[in-house]
Amino acid sequence: MNPFDFQQPADVDAALAALAAPGARPIAGGTNLLDLMKENVMKPSGLVDINAIAGLDTIEEDGAGLRLGALARNADTAYHPLVQTRYPLLAAAILAGASPQLRNMATNGGNLLQRTRCVYFYDVGTPCNKREPGTGCPAKAGLNRQLAILGTSAQCIATHPSDMCVALRALDATVHVCAANGERAIPFADFHRLPGDTPDVDSTLQPGELITHISLPDAHRFAQRFDYVKVRDRLSYAFALVSVAAALDLAADGTVRAARIALGGVAHKPWRVEEAEELLVGRTAGETAFEQAAERILRGARGYGQNDFKIPLAKNAIVQALTNATRKGDPR
Amino acid sequence: MDAYRQYPIRLRINGQDRAFDVESTVTLLDLLRERAGLTGTKKGCDHGQCGACTVLLDGRRVNACLTLAVMQNGHDITTIEGLADGATLHPLQQAFIDHDAFQCGYCTPGQICSAAGLVAEGQAQTADDVRELMSGNLCRCGAYPQIAQAVCAVMGIAK
Repeated sequence: MNPFDFQQPADVDAALAALAAPGARPIAGGTNLLDLMKENVMKPSGLVDINAIAGLDTIEEDGAGLRLGALARNADTAYHPLVQTRYPLLAAAILAGASPQLRNMATNGGNLLQRTRCVYFYDVGTPCNKREPGTGCPAKAGLNRQLAILGTSAQCIATHPSDMCVALRALDATVHVCAANGERAIPFADFHRLPGDTPDVDSTLQPGELITHISLPDAHRFAQRFDYVKVRDRLSYAFALVSVAAALDLAADGTVRAARIALGGVAHKPWRVEEAEELLVGRTAGETAFEQAAERILRGARGYGQNDFKIPLAKNAIVQALTNATRKGDPR
Repeated sequence: MDAYRQYPIRLRINGQDRAFDVESTVTLLDLLRERAGLTGTKKGCDHGQCGACTVLLDGRRVNACLTLAVMQNGHDITTIEGLADGATLHPLQQAFIDHDAFQCGYCTPGQICSAAGLVAEGQAQTADDVRELMSGNLCRCGAYPQIAQAVCAVMGIAK
């Protein structure tokens, strides 16, 4: 990897000052950034190690919701009693990702900022519009089994690789960031972006901004009937071909009061279509309704050859996740 | 920027305080193997995909290839060399022998450190849990059944 300056600031203000230097980047878990640096995909001139900043690793109640510190490790988040009991969908999604070692290292903030695993993005010997804008996208006619079917552009068909983010999208999380000139809150739907003509930009986080925490609104209605279905090439420790975070709030007679459905592995950001969730409201939970919701979610999907199978796979995975969620709340 | 700047760090490795001067780019794995003389920890993929470099960092299992030595200044590291109690093997080491849980042995230090982390985490209740929570450690010889048996035996989990 390229040489770089290393700093370990003790507080947020010092970190923001260090991050103002051109080419400086924060590092927390480092599990994705160091990997990308070894491949020369990312070449920061300075790393600002934020691990020594106190107070960013807590998980605590926030009114009826929950506040997840940016530096809390993925494993500590997934196994936290408040996450396990109130946001089991989030716990399930986190534990479906990576390995125990990586979950011990990776932070909540870093999970949001991890980059695509598209093989062309990783291989500096090939063109890639995300890595080097304007050079082209060999993935569209190449190795695209893992890549996107929704929200793609002529420039890029990369996917966001996170499992955690799929659940955060379904649960209406908010990302809280700070900068030298203040703080702001970004709705999760607006945090990640579609590639469009600037696929090099993954998120709406601005240079000089640091994620401090993620907040979750009350979601007790989705803590009983939920499922995270992850379809992948291996049983464990593999990125999703398609994943679905689903949660249902059902009346006693099986009528859907509310639904949440978000997909991973299919787009440049976690994919959620609220209109499809509305289609389910007032209807009896069951395959007919679930299939119609799935078709709405997948409207406009297109394959690029190797990933054509993801369209029917995603439909089946949505129906499966909703079916599992329906059964989960039933007495055993 | 001085590309060869040396950063002074102190680590507690296997119960011993050690001091090093390292470039910012040195991973914890390379420090252990090249500077600390502890070659028990293995470099497999060097990309966090195989688990051969697993060590315990402040008691938690991590991939030593995906963290920088300078980031761990002041922290406590346990490698495979630090698990035995004198001449008495760690229960996991003995179990791996008893259950023939390796063939070539290259992944073994990482498997055993990972298993030590798994035991400390206390999340595995069943043999399926053990298999899932050991999935960050690959064994190209395919000794998975025996590895899972060894870990289950130490944890008192019925196979």
